Amino acid sequence: MSKARFLPVLPALTLIAMLGPVIAGIWGALGPAFGHLPAAGLIGPNLSAFGALFEWAGLPRAAWLSVSTGLLATSLSLIIVTLLTAGWSCTAAFRFLERLLSPLLSVPHAAAAFGLAFLIAPSGWISRLISPGLTGWDRPPDILILNDPNGFAMVAGLVAKEVPFLLLMTLAALGQTKARRSVAVAQSLGYNRTTGWLKTVFPQIYAQIRLPVFVVLAYSMSVVDVAVILGPTTPPTLSVQIVKWMSDPDLSMRTMAAAGALLQLALVLGVLALWKGGEIVISRVGRRWAMAGGRGTWDRLFNGVSIGFGATSAVVVMLGLLVLLIWSVAGFWSFPNLVPDAFTLKNWMRHGDGVSAALGETILIAFIATGIALILTLGCLEAEYRHNLSLSARGMWLLYLPLLIPQTAFLPGLQTLLLNIGADIGRGPVIIAHLVFVLPYVYLSLSEPFRAWDNRIGTVAAALGAGPDRVLWKVRLPMLLRPILTALAIGVSVSVGQYLPTLLIGGGRVATLTTEAVALASGGDRRAIGVYALMQTGAALVPFMIALAVPAVIWRNRRGLRLG
Amino acid sequence: MDKSLLLDTVSISMNGYELLSVHHKISAGEVLTIMGPSGVGKSTLLSYITGTLPGAFDASGRILLHGEDITDAAPHKRKVGILFQDDLLFPHLSVGGNLAFGLPKGGTRAERADKVNAALAEVGLEGFADHDPDTLSGGQKARVALMRVLLAGPCALLLDEPFSRLDATLRDQIRSLVFQRAKAYQLPVVMVTHDLDDARAAGGEIITLSAANSGGVAP
Repeated sequence: MSKARFLPVLPALTLIAMLGPVIAGIWGALGPAFGHLPAAGLIGPNLSAFGALFEWAGLPRAAWLSVSTGLLATSLSLIIVTLLTAGWSCTAAFRFLERLLSPLLSVPHAAAAFGLAFLIAPSGWISRLISPGLTGWDRPPDILILNDPNGFAMVAGLVAKEVPFLLLMTLAALGQTKARRSVAVAQSLGYNRTTGWLKTVFPQIYAQIRLPVFVVLAYSMSVVDVAVILGPTTPPTLSVQIVKWMSDPDLSMRTMAAAGALLQLALVLGVLALWKGGEIVISRVGRRWAMAGGRGTWDRLFNGVSIGFGATSAVVVMLGLLVLLIWSVAGFWSFPNLVPDAFTLKNWMRHGDGVSAALGETILIAFIATGIALILTLGCLEAEYRHNLSLSARGMWLLYLPLLIPQTAFLPGLQTLLLNIGADIGRGPVIIAHLVFVLPYVYLSLSEPFRAWDNRIGTVAAALGAGPDRVLWKVRLPMLLRPILTALAIGVSVSVGQYLPTLLIGGGRVATLTTEAVALASGGDRRAIGVYALMQTGAALVPFMIALAVPAVIWRNRRGLRLG
Repeated sequence: MDKSLLLDTVSISMNGYELLSVHHKISAGEVLTIMGPSGVGKSTLLSYITGTLPGAFDASGRILLHGEDITDAAPHKRKVGILFQDDLLFPHLSVGGNLAFGLPKGGTRAERADKVNAALAEVGLEGFADHDPDTLSGGQKARVALMRVLLAGPCALLLDEPFSRLDATLRDQIRSLVFQRAKAYQLPVVMVTHDLDDARAAGGEIITLSAANSGGVAP
């Protein structure tokens, strides 16, 4: 019966695990941002850090890059996903693309960015494909495609990764609307399919994917690993610059980093407000458009564009992984040859020790963080079931909050806070930092199947004399094995992909596959990058395969639990 | 000992609005049938008896089983078995596993297996213990669900539209099996249904609820 007293505490514990580090991090940034950092001999409060920040010549450009790349990547991803769903849902092509895109969701951002870089760089695969035939190049041309000053390469990398995410969210939302019937009605009134969908279904869908869209916007504005690999360098985006200041040996630079973190937070909140304003404008214009009665003249063009972009984003990520694989086994590879002159396993052997150590660290952190997240999530959901506590719409916002606050806004402050209180920076705090991002995804993925479980089965089991704990362990959890394993796989892939929490909270002493891979970005050793990025992808993908395989084996004689 | 189920001035309401009220004593081996269209709250009466009344409802009155007040007991301590219109067999357990789940603790593994096999034989399903419940026919599932309830050794049986998913010929067969078993085990039975044939076959008293929410006793 100790469980009965333990269970009601779990929802509170979950909130603390999710929001505690975020609030502590922002709190921890306030002191240094106002010039108070005793560790560096600085006593505040004063405005010197903000003064230095605003004197930095690169600031306007860095801040603008954060805003422009974030807005561009989010709008493009949303437009592609919307037009794709509007024009193609329920078709064979759409189902094919959906199957193609779903596994790509778990490919870590850094690996996808490296893959894209190896495709589009002047010496990349596309350039090799058309050289020297079309271009006449026999040496890589000296043009700036990667790290272009406007951040277009970075936007491309973000779009390729956010399209699968938003598509999955849209599909989940579609199940809860009467989309098919709305389109059928619109079509019977003479509307083209895409226009009919946009005018009738989109408003319902958007209301449901709004929070995920906000997450994409906040993430794109403040992402660090993708920006380091694909983004501009002089100046970089604000978030990258904050991380640079944080790793400066001169401790006083941390006050600038803290001031920058608060600026980054303000920028994200400002752009979120701007986006909300945009929603109002678009809904007004959209209503007028819907009532204007146009039946859709440009549908064919829209459909062509959307399937083109959707397919491209899938193909880019997959080709990127292929190029990573080739580089990882490449011997000498001269330009413009399409394949290496020789293949070798030397790269893998050379990096074998480093990769295994990083893999071990990655798996350890991912499994502990995901395990804790799973226990907290199941505890919350079971407490909700037993005590009739349910999460309100406001609660949903709390769940999304850690994903809406930019990582660069609270992680620097969290690191400073940990240093100030003399806490040991290392694996433990890194796991707690990962938990902040793993928990919401595990919760979001598991809550729906958990609640969809037929409560009458619980009644039947109780009527057979089974107490609440026995019902949970012997009936509910076994029946939910598949969604539980899927939630675990999602948690692990989220943890594997984390760059900034590992780097900042680990104080550079915790080396995972992701931190090692991103650290290689500036060196340009493509063979090493290939090895590390592939391992990173594997660490994120293999749990999904396990999540598919295990229930298939365990329930091989249970038809009722096979995929329906 | 008195082996009856007493519903002592039970009343269920929602937002201060009474859905039904029942005062009735069901003796061992007898069936009380609650009839009425869907939506009048027939099933909420059963969930009050099993102790799983949803939070949106308020209920008053006592439930006495074998003379013992079980109104505030935990659902799993009440010894009240229930059959729904779906068989609700646990999909992750074998047919035998489902029966063993309900069998009270105790005995060696061989003794428990014997009891399970005997129960299966009682309804013509000998040798089915290792089968996947999802591979059974509708009638076989219904029989397994019935034996699962009976093996748990309940003191009362509740039936929530238990035959409505079965086709006509199967329905008669399962219905008489259930009532015959309940009689043999001397269980007081409360059945909720909207099918008059069910009510007639039960042979006991019938309470008809109307949308006007009054519980009247019919002969």
